[in-house]
Amino acid sequence: MEFERVQAPYLAPQAQVSRIMLQVLLALVPAALAHVWYFGPGFIFNLIIAAVFCIAGEAAMSIARGRNPEAVLSDCSALVTAALLAFALPSLTPWWVTATGALFAVVVAKHLYGGLGFNIFNPAMAGYVVILVAFPMHLNLWVAPRMGDIDYQYLTLVETIRYTLTGVLPDALSFDAVSRATPLDAMKSGLNNAQTVAEVYTLPIMGDFGGRGWEWIGNFIAIGGFWLLINKVIRWQIPVGVGLGLLVPAGLLWLIGPDSNPSPGFHLFAGATLLCAFFIATDPVSAATSPKGRFVYGLGIGLLIFAIRRWGSYSDGVAFAVLLMNMAVPAIDYLTRTHIVGHAEGEEAS
Amino acid sequence: MSAPTYDLGKLHGGLRLDGHKQQSTAQPIFDVPVPAQLILPLAQHVGDPAQPIVSIGEHVLKGQLIAETEGALGAPIHASSSGKVVAIEPWPISRRYGETAPCIVIETDGEDRAIERADTPPDYDSLAPEVLEQLILQGGIVGLGGAVFPTAQKLMQANTCELEYLILNGVECEPYISCDDLLMRERADAVLSGGQILMHALGIDVCYVVVESDKPQALHLLEDALNEIGDDRIILKQVPTIYPSGGEDQLVQLVTNREVPSGGLPSDVGCLVQNVGTAVAIHDWIHHNEPLISRITTVTGPGVAMPMNVRARIGTTVADIINFAGGYTDQAKHLIIGGPMTGKSVSTDRVPVVKATNCILVIAEVPSAGPELPCIRCGDCAAVCPVQLLPQQLFWYACADDEKHLRSYGLTDCIECGCCDLVCPSHIPLTADFRIAKGRIQEMADEKARAERARKRFEARNERLERERSKRVEELAQQKEEARRAGPDAIAEILRRKQQQGED
Repeated sequence: MEFERVQAPYLAPQAQVSRIMLQVLLALVPAALAHVWYFGPGFIFNLIIAAVFCIAGEAAMSIARGRNPEAVLSDCSALVTAALLAFALPSLTPWWVTATGALFAVVVAKHLYGGLGFNIFNPAMAGYVVILVAFPMHLNLWVAPRMGDIDYQYLTLVETIRYTLTGVLPDALSFDAVSRATPLDAMKSGLNNAQTVAEVYTLPIMGDFGGRGWEWIGNFIAIGGFWLLINKVIRWQIPVGVGLGLLVPAGLLWLIGPDSNPSPGFHLFAGATLLCAFFIATDPVSAATSPKGRFVYGLGIGLLIFAIRRWGSYSDGVAFAVLLMNMAVPAIDYLTRTHIVGHAEGEEAS
Repeated sequence: MSAPTYDLGKLHGGLRLDGHKQQSTAQPIFDVPVPAQLILPLAQHVGDPAQPIVSIGEHVLKGQLIAETEGALGAPIHASSSGKVVAIEPWPISRRYGETAPCIVIETDGEDRAIERADTPPDYDSLAPEVLEQLILQGGIVGLGGAVFPTAQKLMQANTCELEYLILNGVECEPYISCDDLLMRERADAVLSGGQILMHALGIDVCYVVVESDKPQALHLLEDALNEIGDDRIILKQVPTIYPSGGEDQLVQLVTNREVPSGGLPSDVGCLVQNVGTAVAIHDWIHHNEPLISRITTVTGPGVAMPMNVRARIGTTVADIINFAGGYTDQAKHLIIGGPMTGKSVSTDRVPVVKATNCILVIAEVPSAGPELPCIRCGDCAAVCPVQLLPQQLFWYACADDEKHLRSYGLTDCIECGCCDLVCPSHIPLTADFRIAKGRIQEMADEKARAERARKRFEARNERLERERSKRVEELAQQKEEARRAGPDAIAEILRRKQQQGED
């Protein structure tokens, strides 16, 4: 009998890119629900708009690059970019702001660099930074968390949709009336105005560690992150690196001057720290790839986040930290190669 | 008493794979009847092919030497049964994926008459290691784990090193294969006896017999056999069921926590590894005068009607063995000689069982999980690589044909175990790509060496011409000087001499 020849190994592959991406999306669901709970339905609209433009951008670029758009979209990576972008934006964001970020992320940061696997920069963070540069005021429009006891004018569902589509607030309301400082903003401006950390904590938006509501979203992000760790979708080096890079210097300064330096707990639960540690910095394409390298990469991001928060003019520094470390990846990978079995420690293979 | 599992070294990565072994281990080993025709390839081992010493039409007996080694590395071949040599011709062989290579074809006479040995070999204990090595060479014995390195030469090489441990490899980590498991169950005493002979040949006093944790029965029977002979130089070790812990270098690392140096051999770190099947073959040859003319092979997979282990004469075709095992099922799609991770996909079942054939695996369609996608650098390949390479980086450099980085990232250290392929979410055929890249950097190195040789030749030529030129200049200067000193008469004399030279 004659047989067709095939290549070894002959067992079915055990993993799938689309499965990994879907697991990441699934891990974000609890945090997304919490986001909607605390900051209103705007998140859902942002997510939909980001997803539509990410998918449209990816499809268009695939066709332009002579690829089969169906095959390219089937890896679901565009949806992850959309979800991360949606998490980074305030729940009240006009659609064109979201669309600009989404298109830049997918078209420029991803496909102009060669598509999935070849992008040097984290697409979601590149998109976010473009929004930060092009529409800075829209990123200040964070609403207050719905905690019941915070005096605040919430938008209704219809008003939220209307704002998302037109960028126009209801007649009676001004930007000031609907927007509130984020905990990081409040801390930064408080400290700049010579307040102590304890004084800033008396604000109604502040919770036990970070901001109220924010802390709970952080918890859910961490739960999703641990689920990814358990399922080996991500590995421990980057989250631990980010945590140490941020919390060690934050802790040291806090011990030295607790009045002018918020606690490590605040840094952990405020802003996008946890999202970064588990979901943004862990994007494998733009991260370092050797095990040691990933730790160094995470550590660098953590340190940069801390430096930007402490000394920079932005209240949070996740996006810049990630993009800066993206640039360092080739060097990190080169310097942190593994010990190959059978070679003397530190010796180069040849 | 249970076998010790403690004191194991570390092996990086690896995979826990579904064993699929119970299909073929439910029954004892069956003997496949001697077929009407035996096909004996001349190259069944690493090294130079054997040279036939029989002619067409000659009658041969079972165990008779029919092809001799030539060159430093090789093994002789014996007739697996009695009959007539009908041809020495190209025949499809598994080593070449079903392409042909020279084989001796014997038409058996059904009598299976064995050649009479002059005398029973003397007690091996009284033999010097070199004599024992020569004896092992004459038995046609090669490594039966799949690498088929001639055993005698392996021992000779190892004896030039400081040795500490003999490791008998009963790990058999690749899915589906169970021939060593069954062999250890049925011939535990022969495994240990082979170990004793090898220890004597090597002059060492520690022999580890290493068995994977998914073979408790084999381990138990080995324990019983060991208790019976009471040889405290032999130590049983159980290792966890992780592919590819049965690879030679991996096993050394696992058992002794020593890394075999890149490009080196286990003997560089004081170890010699032999497959348990090889140990049994040595026992059979030394104690029973039976050269290596049969082996146990696993016939299994969804494409085989009755998966089992068989003892077949070397030279029995795969088709004959499949027939014996109930034929093919409807699912039979690809024929693999070896296991599902590293086996060879062959084009025809006319290939014979050779000394290397540990498994005949007939599989259904290889399940496709979608097209190859770009690498997302997830690093799962690096996590499972037993050699601690970074396949994701190697892949990048392989695509770029970057020889320098392929070397510095250890491409030549890749053992092609296939673990990275299985975990790659982008379904990149990494092992196949690396195999191609290895071939290419070898080519590039050869090309470089050729260019270097040409350059040296060219430079040598230039140098020679330069030397000749300066010599002439010197000579001329000297002649001038001489002439100046000697005056006009002498000049005339020199001119005359020159003229004469020109005429000569």
